[in-house]
Amino acid sequence: MSHEITYTPSNAFTRWLDERLPIMGLAHHMLEYPTPRNLNYWWTFGGILTFCLLTQIVTGIILVMHYTPHVDLAFNSVEHIMRDVNYGWLIRYVHANGASMFFLAVYIHMFRGLYYGSYKAPREVLWILGVIIYLLMMAAAFMGYVLPWGQMSFWGATVITNLFGAIPLVGDAIREWLWGGFAVGNPTLQRFFSLHYLIPFIILGVVVLHIWALHVPGNNNPLGISVKDEQDTVSFHPYMTVKDALGLTVFLLLFAYFVFYNPNVLGHADNYIEADPLQTPPHIVPEWYLLPFYAILRAITFDIGPIDSKLGGVIAMFGSIAILFVLPWLDTSKVRSARFRPLFRQFFFLFVVVCLGLGWAGGQSPDRTIFTSSEVIGTYESAGEADAAIAEAVSQTDATADMFKKHDVIEDGVYGVEVERVDYAFDVASLSLVLTILYFAYFLILLPLLGLIEKTKPLPESISKAVLAEKDA
Amino acid sequence: MKNEALNQAARPCVFTRLSRVAPYIATAAITALGMMFLASVPAKAAGNVELKHAEWSFDAPFGTFDRSQLRRGYKVYKEVCAACHSMNLVNFRNLAQEGGPEFSEAQVKALAAEYEIEDGPDEYGDMFMRAREPKDPMPAPFANENAARASNGGAYPPDFSVIVKARSGGADYIYSLLTGYEEPPQGFPMSPGMNYNAYFGGHQIAMANPLFDEIVEYEDGTPMTVDQYARDVAAFLTWASEPKLEARHQMGFQVMVFLAVLAGLLYFAGRKLWADKH
Repeated sequence: MSHEITYTPSNAFTRWLDERLPIMGLAHHMLEYPTPRNLNYWWTFGGILTFCLLTQIVTGIILVMHYTPHVDLAFNSVEHIMRDVNYGWLIRYVHANGASMFFLAVYIHMFRGLYYGSYKAPREVLWILGVIIYLLMMAAAFMGYVLPWGQMSFWGATVITNLFGAIPLVGDAIREWLWGGFAVGNPTLQRFFSLHYLIPFIILGVVVLHIWALHVPGNNNPLGISVKDEQDTVSFHPYMTVKDALGLTVFLLLFAYFVFYNPNVLGHADNYIEADPLQTPPHIVPEWYLLPFYAILRAITFDIGPIDSKLGGVIAMFGSIAILFVLPWLDTSKVRSARFRPLFRQFFFLFVVVCLGLGWAGGQSPDRTIFTSSEVIGTYESAGEADAAIAEAVSQTDATADMFKKHDVIEDGVYGVEVERVDYAFDVASLSLVLTILYFAYFLILLPLLGLIEKTKPLPESISKAVLAEKDA
Repeated sequence: MKNEALNQAARPCVFTRLSRVAPYIATAAITALGMMFLASVPAKAAGNVELKHAEWSFDAPFGTFDRSQLRRGYKVYKEVCAACHSMNLVNFRNLAQEGGPEFSEAQVKALAAEYEIEDGPDEYGDMFMRAREPKDPMPAPFANENAARASNGGAYPPDFSVIVKARSGGADYIYSLLTGYEEPPQGFPMSPGMNYNAYFGGHQIAMANPLFDEIVEYEDGTPMTVDQYARDVAAFLTWASEPKLEARHQMGFQVMVFLAVLAGLLYFAGRKLWADKH
């Protein structure tokens, strides 16, 4: 339902302004905007996200006043902010943890949309604009992480830009174009800085469109049924502003905990080591909010026809985001809210577990075993003796050399090399593959199918009736 | 159009019904537990060995640095570590700042004046040496990385300005490493010139055991043991990495109290506002 603007200018100045630019009418609409009366606290994350975006922009603008985007100066300029700029530590920790809080809020916001079917007609454009914002956020966050020019900045940038090298024919050219040279270097840092400053303002623009696309059909709600008349709604102000303010304040308590008491726990210690192109860190991992996609990227360890494993991983990773754009047409159910979709509801929670599992897998070394069927064949005094034992085992049995693993062991002050024959191992890479398949299956198989076979519960007649019925119960 | 039933309802709304807030409380609890798990996973060194944990005065939410410990730690750094490790981002003036070792201005002036620095060019265009002042950085032991490697068997002693933030485990890692020198296990394949350390990744570290009992003279009666030296220097390096830690903890408390009170006010305001709407 579209909402008529009912603003009438009350004095000569506002009448004059309204004829030229009806901005007062717009503000009036924003405050009067009818929202379903049954919105719960999951709906406060839109406001929280707006706050996060503005916080990042304001703190970012101040940081830029003191930061120097140059490979020789960037690392120390960040520490200069931490040490010598008045409240620089506060501004930088808010900005760095703000990125994490932004993603925490956006994930809750997106899962809320998935649960209550907020992506379905007539809100497809609203959802797609949201996915565009999410993509832009990932680009901004990735480039922002490069700016302190620590080890993870440098090597993260190297890994991600190398992904583009997997594209057939033009990959190498694109990669050099991104780098501005033949490796990640000063031109890369400077263009990432430029784009990192630009993208938030593009996000701001798309957020305006996102809110516009929200105000045309109006909010979805926990029941997923459309608003019928005035009894179903309350005006945005003061009802929702108070609710949003409470949600935001509780969210800020968590935000403040990280900023003031644990500001570096969400980052990686290696990023406090200045970038060194000659020294690769043992584990290159992205920030926590990109880990699920990193797991999908690494899940494809085999060639599929003409597509090699590297390109396969890149396609899977971008596909996992691209699929969100067509989600409104993959879900065939007419019922929006999971409250009335008993089967969907269970699968939704499984999907959340799959996403969390991908996040965990993305942070682990791919060859870490989860469960294994193996046998220790012996412990030897040195690596050489262990190799000899492996060679002997290979010659006598049908085991191959790559089935054997060596570990250093120290027991009671004596060093030894333990040799293990691994008959079967389910490692993080295999888990990532299983979870990646489940991720895609949710969108490509489950959602189209569920809408056809699921028996949904009866929908209430209207929002106000449902609210009253709940009161009587 | 007014609906009497709705207006009379005056029923406790979202704000009071536990069943409705339960999912949020559950989510908040899961998030909090997850975060605590993240924060409390015993820090592991690269070799996957669990670190020793010391009680640090600066750990708790109200934690502050122990001034005398920072001063002792500085002494250990200055007399032992500084022979190989620079601290390029720390200036002498920082030693007098609030929330640090808080030496007096005069003490800092005297500490700085022990070292020289190249300055210039003077009015004739020549560079000259002068005594360091509080505004100057701490002296670096080597002119550049190559010089440092040449003097240390090819290994590069890292700069200590942010070392506690740059190692997972932080102060516990520094403390464990400095007290982790042992005889290598029988049969352990040591490379020449390396030293066995229980907490270093791969157990082979180029740095020889730097601390011995009574190597640094303490004047305040604190035991002059390796364990105490390691604790003191780890605390000092934590301050060097996070010189604004005390201000951060203090502001954090104020912000948390403010937010908690604000949340309470909003809760009751909302409850009153929504009373006739649900």
